Amino acid sequence: MRQGKRVFIRTAVGAAVIAALGATLAGTAAAQDTIKIGLLATLEGPFAAGGQDGMRGAELAVKQRGGMVAGKKIQVIKASSDAKPDVAVNATRKLVEQDKVDIMVGPLSGSEGIAVKEYSKTQPNITFINGSSGAQATTLVNPSPNFFRFNTEGAQWMVGLGKAALDKGYKRVMVIAEDYAFPYSQVQGFMSEYCKLGGKVPVKAWVPLGGKDYSSVIARIPKDVDALVVVLGGADAVNFLNQYEQAGGDKPIVGGSITVSQDILNYKGKRRDSLVGTIAGAPIADAYDAPEFKAFVADYKKNYPDGYPSPSLFALVYYVNMKAALDGLEAVKGDLSDGQKKYRAALSKMVLKTPVGDVRLDENRQAIGTTFITEVAKDAKGGLYNKVLRKVDGVNQLLGMKKEEFKIGSRDEPSCP
Amino acid sequence: MSAAYWRKAMNAGAGRLAMGRPPAPRAATAAAPAPGADQDAPAWLRWIWERVSARHVFVMVGVLVYPLVATPFFTFQIAAQSLVLGLIALSLTFLGGYGGMVSLAQMTVAGIAGYMVAIFGASATDGVSLGWPWWLALLLGLAIATLAAAFIGWLSVRTEGIYTIMITLAIGVAFYYLVLQNYTVFNGFQGKQKVFPPTLFGISWRDAVPFYYLALFWALAGYFFVKYLVRTPFGIALQGIRDNPRRMNALGFNVIAHRVAAYAVAGVLAAIGGVLFTWYNGLVTPGTVGTSWLINILVIAVLGGMRHPIGPFLGAIVFVLLQNFAIDVIDRERFNLVIGAVFLAIVLFSPDGLLGLWARLRARLERADARSRISTARPSRRVQLEGGRSP
Repeated sequence: MRQGKRVFIRTAVGAAVIAALGATLAGTAAAQDTIKIGLLATLEGPFAAGGQDGMRGAELAVKQRGGMVAGKKIQVIKASSDAKPDVAVNATRKLVEQDKVDIMVGPLSGSEGIAVKEYSKTQPNITFINGSSGAQATTLVNPSPNFFRFNTEGAQWMVGLGKAALDKGYKRVMVIAEDYAFPYSQVQGFMSEYCKLGGKVPVKAWVPLGGKDYSSVIARIPKDVDALVVVLGGADAVNFLNQYEQAGGDKPIVGGSITVSQDILNYKGKRRDSLVGTIAGAPIADAYDAPEFKAFVADYKKNYPDGYPSPSLFALVYYVNMKAALDGLEAVKGDLSDGQKKYRAALSKMVLKTPVGDVRLDENRQAIGTTFITEVAKDAKGGLYNKVLRKVDGVNQLLGMKKEEFKIGSRDEPSCP
Repeated sequence: MSAAYWRKAMNAGAGRLAMGRPPAPRAATAAAPAPGADQDAPAWLRWIWERVSARHVFVMVGVLVYPLVATPFFTFQIAAQSLVLGLIALSLTFLGGYGGMVSLAQMTVAGIAGYMVAIFGASATDGVSLGWPWWLALLLGLAIATLAAAFIGWLSVRTEGIYTIMITLAIGVAFYYLVLQNYTVFNGFQGKQKVFPPTLFGISWRDAVPFYYLALFWALAGYFFVKYLVRTPFGIALQGIRDNPRRMNALGFNVIAHRVAAYAVAGVLAAIGGVLFTWYNGLVTPGTVGTSWLINILVIAVLGGMRHPIGPFLGAIVFVLLQNFAIDVIDRERFNLVIGAVFLAIVLFSPDGLLGLWARLRARLERADARSRISTARPSRRVQLEGGRSP
């Protein structure tokens, strides 16, 4: 009798929870004259912090327009992945097929980008715009006619860094990078220039994404290299730097684009100070003093007091891509009829004004843009920031090479031991 | 707990062994047929009549017409994925619910099958994929995965309870790091891309509706196979071993052999599920066999309930729905909280998952019914409830 009553109460509670859940799901019905944009970033896994900042950047672009484009309301529907391609495709499929978004912005990381690009071919009436994924193959191999990338990718972000490293006197370096598409691109961007100018890379260590123990890698660092090229992101970079510090390492570091991003400079470890002097290549530099960039940073700070002191790479790149999506809508006055043909034509021709200069697209719908060579410096308050050493404009995806001689970066390509 | 109960039951009447446990909901009401009853030719109609109720017909028609009314998204990503994950979790339900062995390596077996199909068959990774005919790759994949499952079983059957979990987890993690760091065969972090089912009879089997029916076919096959198997002498012996291995050993059953065989059988189910999951994703990467997925399979099995082979499918539906829609309930990075909270609530309110919830609800309704007309059904129902809780 008593048991029966308890079961009944539990059942009632359970039913209430399920009903509440269902009601919330049903509440997301669409309104007329609304353009839905799907937004995918990694809110879980190794890039959770970056994904969150990416979402801030994308939201900022929408906010700057007051949530309206050409008289139509912009509704952003978010989804999350954990940097795994299958999860990213599932999340994208949900946004496109279930939530019926018109435009899709995302994903964040390299392998995800390739997988989402492949998926985009099965949805020819939806326009896909990249988030911040930076694998070369996304637009170089079997490009998809409805996948656009308004950010430069991993290899382009490193153009100019090889020369900067040699200028610093690093003649031999060891590469420590995560083992997937994006770091391959980054290492290629660095090495193709570095090797051509006479630098040597005797050892490359490819470590798993999300690895926690770097002691075996640290033990492999040869004595005779001048610097380490560290292409790790998010939590991996922090783990590596901490462990390298504890192991007594003192070699200078050449960073990948997401190694010394703002989220890394903010971390609290001891190795923090030894980051000063680290050079890196990136599509963003905190101290870039163009007025457009300063306005962007000020806007970011105003809108996200809980964000970083300065927007991270992910915030900027998501901002740029979301801005492209909205500017394109403005150009066609929100007209997405006819399988979005007009919209895509507008995107392809557009010269996008971004906080870091103008961006054009090449014939594969891949951005041609600006790269910054930066060096970590300390400001008066003791905070770290990236000061600009050099700015390289008009970097294309083939890194200035001819199409025939260009090979996509991999574990073994390029090589100069 | 369960062993003590079993001992009591054995002392009370050893004959109940033949009825098999945990009983299917149907078996408690209808007397179990004597083994061999279906040998009489005219009995087959009666056999169906005894087993098929309106409920079964209703569910069957429901799953068959579902893709005709649902959107492609709900057909493919929700339903087909649930069926595939349910099939993999079914292998764990069989092992855990009927064999008393909780293995975390079922996703590893599934992943091995997926990887083998990608390696022997075609994928976008040249050089590492041999590009053999799809049926050969499929057979090899299933065979190798089943062998691997038997091997995992052989390694872990000598352990009990938490040690089985530990050793299978260790095997699962070892395989994860193997595929993550091996490039010559497994292609490391990127895994195998573009692994698709063959186009047969002019049907592209990865389209939403064909894939749904493909998944449905194998899910039903797995479901009825397990239902059948737990009534065979092997299945009953396995349940006896679950409850009291020493007594079964004394009765002359080879405990180790039965357990290894159970692993192999579960391996076949997981391998089929694994191939389907690989086709569903179109790729297989180390992420598919990582710890999160090993545990997800356990979550699905426990969520649904391990008392009956329908449990993992129910669990998979809830799991997939939550994975897809939790982010609509709470924004940003908090949505995993919803997923965790629902799992917690289900397990808290009903230790044997959704099935337990259902059984209790029904028991309550029937008790209320029985109170009005004096019935003898009540004590037997009670026994079934307690018995079912044992795994």
